[in-house]
Amino acid sequence: MSISKKDVQHIARLARIELTSAEEAKFEKDLSGVLDFIGKLNAVNTNDIKPVQGGIDLMNVMRCDETKKEELDVEYEARRAASLVKAVPDRKDGFVKVKGVFE
Amino acid sequence: MNLNELTIKEIRDGIIEKKFSITELVSDCLKEIKKKDGEFHAYLEVYEEDALNEARRLDSVTGDFETPPPLWGVPFAMKDNILIEGKKCSAGSKILENYEASYDATVTNRLKKAGAVFLGRTNMDEFAMGSSTENSGFGPTKNPHDISRVPGGSSGGSAAAVASHLSLAALGSDTGGSIRQPASFCGVVGLKPTYGTVSRSGLIAMASSLDQIGPFAKSVEDAKTVFDVIKGRDALDSTTISPPKSDFGEEVGLRRIGLPKEYFGKGLDPEVEKTVRAAIKKLEEAGHAVKEISLPMSEYALAAYYIIMPAEVSANLARFDGIRYGYSAIQNSESKILNLEEVYAKTRAGGFGQEVKRRIMLGAYTLSHGYYDAYYLKAQKIRRLIKEDFEKAFKEVDLIIGPTAPTPPFKFGEKSSNPLEMYLSDIYTVAVNLAGLPGLSMNAGFVKKEGKDLPAGIQFIAPWFQEENIFTIANELEAKLNAV
Repeated sequence: MSISKKDVQHIARLARIELTSAEEAKFEKDLSGVLDFIGKLNAVNTNDIKPVQGGIDLMNVMRCDETKKEELDVEYEARRAASLVKAVPDRKDGFVKVKGVFE
Repeated sequence: MNLNELTIKEIRDGIIEKKFSITELVSDCLKEIKKKDGEFHAYLEVYEEDALNEARRLDSVTGDFETPPPLWGVPFAMKDNILIEGKKCSAGSKILENYEASYDATVTNRLKKAGAVFLGRTNMDEFAMGSSTENSGFGPTKNPHDISRVPGGSSGGSAAAVASHLSLAALGSDTGGSIRQPASFCGVVGLKPTYGTVSRSGLIAMASSLDQIGPFAKSVEDAKTVFDVIKGRDALDSTTISPPKSDFGEEVGLRRIGLPKEYFGKGLDPEVEKTVRAAIKKLEEAGHAVKEISLPMSEYALAAYYIIMPAEVSANLARFDGIRYGYSAIQNSESKILNLEEVYAKTRAGGFGQEVKRRIMLGAYTLSHGYYDAYYLKAQKIRRLIKEDFEKAFKEVDLIIGPTAPTPPFKFGEKSSNPLEMYLSDIYTVAVNLAGLPGLSMNAGFVKKEGKDLPAGIQFIAPWFQEENIFTIANELEAKLNAV
């Protein structure tokens, strides 16, 4: 199955990646090639087969809904919060700065 | 012989009996890195000062232990997608070039407690997407056996570091073969544990239903030592459990071994086949029952993988948005950015490499409205059939053995222009991830290409949680191969 340039532009929009026109042409070719390859799965009859999410038959592993016993290390948590905010590219007074959603 | 050339087992007695110090051992590794890594580029960053300080600290307290922890003083290399608090962690990507980890991964924490000394972080394909390290945002790693060839990937830096004695052991991650294929290409031991055995807390996620962390080492026994330290339940990764008891324990005995005919078919390099079959012959001569089996769904595994993995990638990598961490178009764009969507689109355009963009887009497409049933749901049904193939096979045999990769290490540029060519490198490894099974690659021997001896790996696949069974038989084969 092949996809068109218009499809590529649509997918790029969904994926939030701005493409150059050279990239659009390249991905049109590459993605069509991969989709052709995965099209071979259509040869397998899967009508009565149930899907699996993973290979292991693990059920959800849950923890008890209890508050932690150990006391909160306020200084440690504050340092951690500060280090997380430090990683933010655009920030002001310990807050994360974000552009407007609408123009 | 320099200390860096020893195995974990060999250094342990030396340290306990004070034949040499951890500082001397770490210094030898650092010297070798200085001498050789300019050429190999296994490391993206070397923690020279920290490693020496930690070595001195460990030396000063060795005497306090009756028996030191299992990895006491062992120099370690970490794949660049596993967090070490306070250190940069870039996943081989420009988008995380200056990202600094704010906490330790669970495996990092366990290695630290066991006494490991981190030498540095190793090169990889960007976000673990690739089979050659050519997709690294920081230049490729070279294969120590022939520098005109790739070390495999995505954990190519870790494999090359161990193969060239620039570290005693290393960690990697394996989503479709990213530990086993580079282990094969570099001639070292690499283990992908059963899904759910090793915590991924602090691993930069690629495809969460497939990812698993595992060791690289110079011997099967060393790989087991590292695995025993990192495995087990972790409250920070709710897919982990304490592995159930092994069927065989450490019992050395005869096993039923299956050779899938699909793993010895078209596309397998004849020299690699000869080498792997010669190794299998040794096990047969030792009395193990070897027979041909069939995994009929094998030919569909790679196609199912290229639906499931990109779908999970597109979701996992949505977090790289230029807002929270890493590269952002906000500081780097030449044109004025008007709104939030432009921040996302320009950041991801500038920060991600070609292969990462390709896989995110593929995933976004197969998950998009109207295509979910045709692709993702179909692939998950095929995934069940692949799993059932293995369940059937393991009623007849205790272990499955075959080649790890269809070819010896290939040349730089040989497969990089055609993504599908590159994907075929993982043809024998992806099914193991889809089924969640444990798989180990070790060197089976060497094949000659253009006057160079290139390693060829043999892969052991066991039922779920039966790593111990793999170690026992791989260890036996290793002894037989070393005896020649």
